[in-house]
Amino acid sequence: MSTTNQQAAPPRLAVPELLIGIGLLACAGAVAWQTLAIPVSPLYSKVGPTVFPYLTMAGLIVLSLLLILAALRGGWQPEEEKETPTDWKALGFVVIGLLANLLLIQPLGFTAASVIMFVLVCYGFGSRHTLRDVFTGLVLALAAYFGFAKALGVNIGAGFVENQLNTVIDAFSTTLGG
Amino acid sequence: METLGHLAHGFAVAFSPTNLLWCLLGTTLGTAIGVLPGLGPALTIALLLPITYQVAPEASFILFAGIYYGAMYGGSTTSILLNTPGESATIVTALEGNKMARSGRGGAALATSAIGSFVAGTIGTLGVAFLAPVVVKFALAFGPAEYFSLMVLAFITVSAVLGSSSVRGLTSLFAGFVIGMIGVDLQTGQPRFTFGMTELLDGVDVIIAAVGLFAVGETLYMASRRYAGKDEIVPLRGSLYMTAAEWGRSWKAWLRGAAIGFPIGAMPAGGAEIPTFLSYAIEKKLSKHKEEFGTVGAIEGVAGPEAANNASAAGVLVPMLTLGLPTSATAAIMLSAFQSYGINPGPLLLTTQANLVWGLIASLFIANVILVILNLPLIGLWVRLLKIPAPQLYAGILVFATVGTYGISQSPIDLVILYLLGAAGFLMRRFDFPTAPVIIGMILGPLAETQFRRAMTISNGDWSVFYKHPLSLTLLTLAFIGLVGPHIWAFIEHRRRRGPEHVPGDA
Repeated sequence: MSTTNQQAAPPRLAVPELLIGIGLLACAGAVAWQTLAIPVSPLYSKVGPTVFPYLTMAGLIVLSLLLILAALRGGWQPEEEKETPTDWKALGFVVIGLLANLLLIQPLGFTAASVIMFVLVCYGFGSRHTLRDVFTGLVLALAAYFGFAKALGVNIGAGFVENQLNTVIDAFSTTLGG
Repeated sequence: METLGHLAHGFAVAFSPTNLLWCLLGTTLGTAIGVLPGLGPALTIALLLPITYQVAPEASFILFAGIYYGAMYGGSTTSILLNTPGESATIVTALEGNKMARSGRGGAALATSAIGSFVAGTIGTLGVAFLAPVVVKFALAFGPAEYFSLMVLAFITVSAVLGSSSVRGLTSLFAGFVIGMIGVDLQTGQPRFTFGMTELLDGVDVIIAAVGLFAVGETLYMASRRYAGKDEIVPLRGSLYMTAAEWGRSWKAWLRGAAIGFPIGAMPAGGAEIPTFLSYAIEKKLSKHKEEFGTVGAIEGVAGPEAANNASAAGVLVPMLTLGLPTSATAAIMLSAFQSYGINPGPLLLTTQANLVWGLIASLFIANVILVILNLPLIGLWVRLLKIPAPQLYAGILVFATVGTYGISQSPIDLVILYLLGAAGFLMRRFDFPTAPVIIGMILGPLAETQFRRAMTISNGDWSVFYKHPLSLTLLTLAFIGLVGPHIWAFIEHRRRRGPEHVPGDA
């Protein structure tokens, strides 16, 4: 009965995939909780604002159960993904860079926060020319601030670096104008 | 004939000096982001969405369309020289194109892909111009029930039929629905999924979703995969001029590719993977040089799929412009650009926004001409872009991601949402969940809900509207077949190969 083919690959529980399935089930729970919190006016009793959320919740529950089933049967990761070890150090530096940006963007302003993030991310990706990265990051952040943000008309707020530069630019243009 | 008149008018719009400049800017930017790994047209157009507050709709759509077409051209350069497909649509190009580059025929591969893109892009754009009015006549008969069923069909095809797993595709789609529902329900004014946070009342901006999934998620993924080994750039060798034999082998493949790509792209299924793989299979079958496939690289295997890719990219614009139905992440973001102007794409768009639509179509022809010039004589410039080192490239992407999201409302909450979505994008990339259905679900989900509620209001809450209208029933049946059919097919194949014996534990 049992062919060699069958014996070669016994289905094994795939933990990461299982966690994803469970996480998704938790998301479906959050959807349910938030849907119950939607007040429904009797005026809209036919198809109110909760019908689609409930359909979505039902879909998510079915899908997460299917994912959990797939995880119990050995998961779905492609072989090459499994074989490549995750570079936690690089990932860590990128995450620290993002968090630094998040925490510093209000106190220090966009440019300074961006330079710090840029250097950390570069370091995470293996760059060891930190001083050069500071310079590159500064040029790029200023280009993004004065070119991209101004051209798009989005207001990104000004911090220390921007204020200094704006003062310089203002002084320069008054001199030219005067 | 009517179409020709409209087209002539469209060219008058597109040939205005400012619009030509927008087209040039879009195509250049598009080629650049297509060449750079890690950046795609969906992300770029999302980052540029705030421009819709600044310029006329014609200008921004000409810019976006240039980016959209340009990325297709640029993506093939990366596939051929680096063997890292920048876009999913250029995976097939890398198969033969990189082999050709390694055997010293990179020039010919780039030439056949650029000229093939031009030929197929032009055929595809002609297809849009002539097919769109036909679809509009058909679409005018659609009621809310039919629209809803059509959207269900599109949801199934973009998430369940394409891609490696229908469960994971649908999971992405439903995650998109949840994100799309965050905020105030437009019909009743009730807040939904806001977790009591006022910041979420306006919903999650599509810019944040696209940037989080595509830029932050991609960067995290690339950082975690540094052990995976790097692809080296194959130096560009060989003349860019194709020999007579190469022309002879290319032109039929271009036409076949265009003939496969456009109809599949124009269907409310979309996606460039199926037409490119189909074209590759056909060229391999028809080729007189089968021994070159997979060894030194066959030029047909580049010419056909590249043409199919560009023709299907043009085809995607048909359901987008005539039905308001986006079938790719890029098209979904363009749809949100329409919404930002208060324009609703649909059957009436061609008449109410004739300037915009025909100007856009005309600019696509111009974009193709500009792109073939940008990508052949100036190819050396783009090859240099490939040499930007990964650390600075990805760090730079994050800087621009910050500008694009923090600039919306200067709220750190937006950055928190961006990073959460980035973490989700990383997990999705790592565990093989497609990301495009999230964006499509997020944009199209609320529209589907509106049509659903409209249909139910008209029918007085009677669900039978969806299956009593023959057209709606047909669309839903097709969607059902799309969802279940491949599984039944796989089951039958499985049985046939294994024989009828039942294996215990395989329930």
